Amino acid sequence: MSLSGNEKVSLAQKDISASASISDAEALNSKALRRRELSMDELVQMARRLRRYVVTMIAQAGSGHPGGSLSAADIVTALYFKELRYEPTNPQWPERDRFILSKGHAAPILYAALAESGYFPVAELSTLRQLGSCLQGHTDRTLTPGVEMSSGSLGQGLSFAIGTALAGRLDKRSYRVYALLGDGECDEGQVWEAAMAAAHFKLDNLLAIVDHNGLQLDGTNRQIMNLEPLADKWRSFGWHVVEINGHDFPAILGAFWEAKKIKGQPTAVIALTIKGKGVSFMENNLEFHGRAPNPEELAKAMKELG
Amino acid sequence: MVQEASTREVYGQTLAQLGAEDPNIVVLDADLSRSTMTKFFAERFPERFFDCGIAEQNMMSIAAGLAASGKTVFASTFAVFATGRCFDQLRMSVAQPSLNVKVVGTHGGITVGEDGFSHHSIEDIALACSLPSFTVIVPADATEAAQVVRVAASINGPFYIRLSRPKTPLVYPSDYRFVLGKAAMMRQGSDATIIANGLMVAAALKAAERLQQDKISCRVLSMPTVKPLDEAAILQAAQETGAIVTAEEHLEHGGLGSRVAQVVVKGKPVPMSLVAIKNTYTKSGKPEQLLQKCGLTAEDIEAAVREVIRRK
Repeated sequence: MSLSGNEKVSLAQKDISASASISDAEALNSKALRRRELSMDELVQMARRLRRYVVTMIAQAGSGHPGGSLSAADIVTALYFKELRYEPTNPQWPERDRFILSKGHAAPILYAALAESGYFPVAELSTLRQLGSCLQGHTDRTLTPGVEMSSGSLGQGLSFAIGTALAGRLDKRSYRVYALLGDGECDEGQVWEAAMAAAHFKLDNLLAIVDHNGLQLDGTNRQIMNLEPLADKWRSFGWHVVEINGHDFPAILGAFWEAKKIKGQPTAVIALTIKGKGVSFMENNLEFHGRAPNPEELAKAMKELG
Repeated sequence: MVQEASTREVYGQTLAQLGAEDPNIVVLDADLSRSTMTKFFAERFPERFFDCGIAEQNMMSIAAGLAASGKTVFASTFAVFATGRCFDQLRMSVAQPSLNVKVVGTHGGITVGEDGFSHHSIEDIALACSLPSFTVIVPADATEAAQVVRVAASINGPFYIRLSRPKTPLVYPSDYRFVLGKAAMMRQGSDATIIANGLMVAAALKAAERLQQDKISCRVLSMPTVKPLDEAAILQAAQETGAIVTAEEHLEHGGLGSRVAQVVVKGKPVPMSLVAIKNTYTKSGKPEQLLQKCGLTAEDIEAAVREVIRRK
C-alpha cells in the first residue's frame, strides 16, 4: 500500500503504478534487521532499499533531486544503520548523535533513512512535496521528526553543525556531529568560513562528509568552479582528512572510526561518489540532478534496484 | 543638561550580568566585541563566548546550531552587517525554525556618522521585520536597552535589537518599565501624535515642547517594539488626536513609519507624515550633521506636525 494516514495528503495524491508504491510489508520485514547488527551485505541491501524509496517518492512527487540522494545513499545508510546513536521514539534525546544534512536537496535519502529507522511510517514517504506533508521539498526541522536543520539554501549546514558541536562540548555531552555537504556546495564561501572556524575551535566531535560526486547543476565541478585540490584545501584549513570511496561500506565505516581517534581537530571525509549511483541511466547524468523519473523510467529504475 | 548614556555599553554590562545568572547564555561576536561591548561578557565567561572572526554568515548559522541545542544565544555585530550581510542565514537557519537567537546590532542608523554609507544601517529594521518569527525592538535609551536585553533573554524565539554607537539622551523616568509590544506614553496631547523610537524619541519630545509654545498639543508615544506593534495605542492616537507623525532613524520604506501606516490605514485612516530617511544612501559626516541632512531633527518633526495638522 502506498497511501499515508493523512487524508488531506491522500486526496492530493496521484495515481501511481503498483511498481511505484512503497511497501509497508517491505518495511516491516526490514525492521527485523536491527541497526548495528547489520552485516556488510545487509548494509548493501539496506542502501538498495533506501534507493528504491528515493526514486519512488520522487517519481510520486513528480519533482525532486534523485542524483544527489542516490550518490549519498551508502553514506546515509552507514550513518543510520551502523554509526549514529539515536532513539527514534525520542527524536530530542539530548545524547543523540546529530546528522546535519547541509545539502538539503538530498532530503529524500534522509527521509528514507528516518522512515526506515522508525521516526515515522514508511508510508509517509508517499507524501513527499505535497501540501500538508511533513516531508518538504527541502528539509524542515519544524515538521519532520529526526531532521535537525531546515536546509535548502546551500552552505549553512557546517556552520550549524559547529554550533551543535560547541553546545555538546559546553554541556559535556558525548554526542558527535556529522554534517553532509555536497561538493558543488563547497562553492559557497560560508563553507570555508565554517571550515576555518571548526579547526580554530578544535572541534574533534565534528565530522564533515563531502559527497564528492563531481557534478553540480550546470556541469562538472571542473567546468563550473574547480574545487581541486579539494582534500588539500580541507587539510590546509586544519582538518584531518580521509579520502574514501563513498560507496564502499568498510571504507565509510573505517573513516568514521578513524575520525573518533583524532583529537583536537575536526575530520573531513572526502567521499568519492557517483551521482545517481545505482540507477544506470541516472549515473553521471546531469539531467537527473533535479528531475523526477517518469513512470517508464521509474519502472526501469526499480528493476535495476530490485 | 540632558543626561546621556550608551545603549551598547549597557547591553554589554547587562549581558555580563545575565551570564552570571544563567549558565545557558552563550554570546557570539564577529571581531567587534570591543565595539559591540560583548567584551564585558567575554572577559567574565570566556568559555561561553565565541569570537567567530569577520564571518557574520558563519556566526549566524553557528548561533542557530547552538540555539537548536538548547542555548540562549546572543549574536552581535554592527547593525548593517547583522541583518544585510547574513540575511539568508537569518532567514533559513534562525527565522524559519524560530530558534532562540538574539541578534543585537549596534551602531544602528546613521549616527555611526563619519564611517559613511557602508556602515550606516538604514535598511536593518525593514529586513528584520520581514522575517516572520522575529520580534524587533529599537530601544530609545540605555534605561530601556538594559530591560529589553533582559526581556529578550527571557523569551524563547528570535529577536532583533538595534542599538546605537553614540551616547543617547536618557528619555525615561528612572521607574520606567519596558513592556514588550507596548508603546510608552511620553507626553499627553490632543492635536497630533508623534510616534518615535530610538534616538528620535528625544527629538520628538523636543518638538512637542516647541509646539506647545504655539498651543499645539502633541502626544508623544515611544514605540520601542516595531514588531509586533502596539496597534491599540496607534489606533487610540489616531482616534483621539486625528493626526500622526512617525520619526525614525531608518529608511522610510519598511520601518516604523510604514508599519504604523499599515495599522492606521486599516483601522482609522488619519493624515500621517513620516519623518525618515528618503530613498537615498547617506554620506560621511558628524552624526548631528547627518541627522540634519537627512531631515531627522526636532525641527523636522515639528514641521511635519504642523503640516499634518493642516491636512486634518
